[in-house]
Amino acid sequence: MKSIYLDHAATSPVHPKVIEEMMPVYKDVYGNPSSVHQFGRKARRILDEGRGRIAHGLGANEKEIVFTSGGTEADNLAIIGTARANRSKGKHIITTSIEHHATLHAVEYLESNDFEVTYLPVNAGGIVEVDDVKAALREDTILVSIMMVNNETGAIQPIEEIAALLKEHQAYFHSDIVQAYGLMNVDVSQLGVDLMAVSGHKINGPKGIGFLYIREGTVMESLQYGGEQERKRRAGTENIPAVQGLKTAVEIMEAERSTYKEKYLHYKQLFLQTLEDENISFEVNGSHEKTIESIVNISFPGMNVETLLTNFDLSGIAASSGSACTAGSVEPSHVLSAMFGSDHPKTTNSIRFSFGLANNEEDITEAARRVSQIIKRLA
Amino acid sequence: MKDPKDTRVVVGMSGGVDSSVAALLLKEQGYDVVGIFMKNWDDTDENGVCTATEDYEDVIRVCNQLDIPYFAVNFEKQYWDKVFTYFLDEYKKGRTPNPDVMCNKEIKFKAFMDHAMSLGADYLATGHYAQVRENDGTYEMLRGVDHNKDQTYFLNQLSQEVLAKVMFPLGHLEKKEVRAIAEEHGLATAKKKDSTGICFIGERNFKEFLSEYLPAQPGNMETLDGEVKGKHDGLMYYTLGQRQGLGIGGAGDPWFVVGKNVKDNILYVGQGFHHDALYSDGLIASEASWTKGDVPTESFKCTAKFRYRQEDSGVTVYPMEDGTWKVMFDEPERAITPGQAVVFYDGEVCLGGATIDVVLKQDEAITYVG
Repeated sequence: MKSIYLDHAATSPVHPKVIEEMMPVYKDVYGNPSSVHQFGRKARRILDEGRGRIAHGLGANEKEIVFTSGGTEADNLAIIGTARANRSKGKHIITTSIEHHATLHAVEYLESNDFEVTYLPVNAGGIVEVDDVKAALREDTILVSIMMVNNETGAIQPIEEIAALLKEHQAYFHSDIVQAYGLMNVDVSQLGVDLMAVSGHKINGPKGIGFLYIREGTVMESLQYGGEQERKRRAGTENIPAVQGLKTAVEIMEAERSTYKEKYLHYKQLFLQTLEDENISFEVNGSHEKTIESIVNISFPGMNVETLLTNFDLSGIAASSGSACTAGSVEPSHVLSAMFGSDHPKTTNSIRFSFGLANNEEDITEAARRVSQIIKRLA
Repeated sequence: MKDPKDTRVVVGMSGGVDSSVAALLLKEQGYDVVGIFMKNWDDTDENGVCTATEDYEDVIRVCNQLDIPYFAVNFEKQYWDKVFTYFLDEYKKGRTPNPDVMCNKEIKFKAFMDHAMSLGADYLATGHYAQVRENDGTYEMLRGVDHNKDQTYFLNQLSQEVLAKVMFPLGHLEKKEVRAIAEEHGLATAKKKDSTGICFIGERNFKEFLSEYLPAQPGNMETLDGEVKGKHDGLMYYTLGQRQGLGIGGAGDPWFVVGKNVKDNILYVGQGFHHDALYSDGLIASEASWTKGDVPTESFKCTAKFRYRQEDSGVTVYPMEDGTWKVMFDEPERAITPGQAVVFYDGEVCLGGATIDVVLKQDEAITYVG
């Protein structure tokens, strides 16, 4: 039975071109970019070119890009780094209850260190209201951290409006754009954010690399101590092959974005249409309009997440739901809890399917058929 | 009978050596094996890490070695409602519950069985030391070949429907053979020590654990004649026949728990292992379950166990009009404990079991055992 991967929001296959571009770097460019010899210079060139290329795509300045080990580190650096450095201006932070744990656990850490955190609710569509941000703002707010696209529902947050609201306020605005970056046009001046976290492996790049965009002039502390890499904002020898891979992934992504958008939207519609044709009872969670093309979160009434995911996997379908605890069992989704209330059945009967490079049209209909068979058998 | 490769067997894997070897043997026989870890209890260690993590990590290691898929399933709510609530209620009544019997009945061979079937499984397998034998469409449960490890005592409530869908791949093996198989195959759990005690308490102090859920009510320790011998910490911390932890000094034989008076919160104690008050000649049990399905209508002779890892004793079982069962012992028995299971055997075959409610002496209920 053919395995079908519908979990691109968890991680995505590396584009063959990315591997192709990384291999020679692994083989030949082993120098340390900080070294003052030709080997170092060769590596430094790849680092700078990667940084320049990525900055260009964002309408940013290359000094504004700090490479990290991935999205989690970028979120941590943005949140903890700015909070610590701006302690004298206030101790209030605003975020939402639907953020990724990279954000939520970082602000929880700050909360246990005398910062005050407001967790904004979301509406039934999974979207934060700009008015709620406005109402939560205080004179001593130093940071607002709101994701651009939710990783479980795909709901697109009103980042531009929130940025406009914060324009005259001292608070920095950080956005985790990990799920958005692959499909949405991101221009820093248009968006108006101060910080943005990105992960390489969500956009068909390698794992172990990501970056944080930091608007020039942003006051922040580094979280790790060591060498003076990344303008002293991120100590540690740079992952040069991964930088090359990320650069390539960004290039492909920028060139293919509109094609991907169209294709994944088609996949999503085809998937839902097939479920409907099979007469399956289901409901799409979250906004139907303001949602990213690649993600769909579906509630199957009367079903149970663990039974569904295990059955899906045994029939070759890879999907996901919420997050798993260290002992492997699936926890109710905090995102769906924020949308519907923690006791709502949807928090334990919903599955996220996410489409991407590993899919084709046939896979999508086949997957929807297998899913339907399972639902029918369990009903 | 389907071909093994078309027969899906879900194995309940705990991260211990027994269930690891059960999965290995089934895999070697060519079955479509799926490993599933049950998470029944929510607890975290001092670093906030779920205490079940280590065991699940072992399940992952073994399943990777066997190249079988593995999953986890959460039965915390069912476990709390069906097993833990019963466990606390029994203690509140001054009885000594058997959560393992209840866990097998309500969780492993009910909720987990349903889960396995929902995954398209033909059978559910576990690492229990017991055997199932089919005779013309009826199923018998037999003791494990390793009598020292035999777990039919805990499985006494299994029904025909369950036995028809159960596999016990270790039933014909000695524990030391199981260890040897694990070592021979280099299984990650080969040298892991067997878990002891009640699963949700683990290695923790039983008294401390229980006190988190039930308020301890200290009271007097007295002889049956009313002589005060000291203080007890709460009746639930003691079980009949227990010697440890009484702290009564003085001359003569050591002191033992011989009874409980829940109403007046008195722990009865007596001197000597063979104190007369500890002996009885019969019991009344309820909640009986018969593995072969047919409920006996006539009295019959068989052997019985009143606790795990005890030699069988000869008994006669009488069905009572109110649906309970009177069990008369061939010889007086020591420390028969309300709340525990009485399990019946015909040779190697486990006939079923029931819960001990009343202890009898000369056909009268002993009132001092709770």
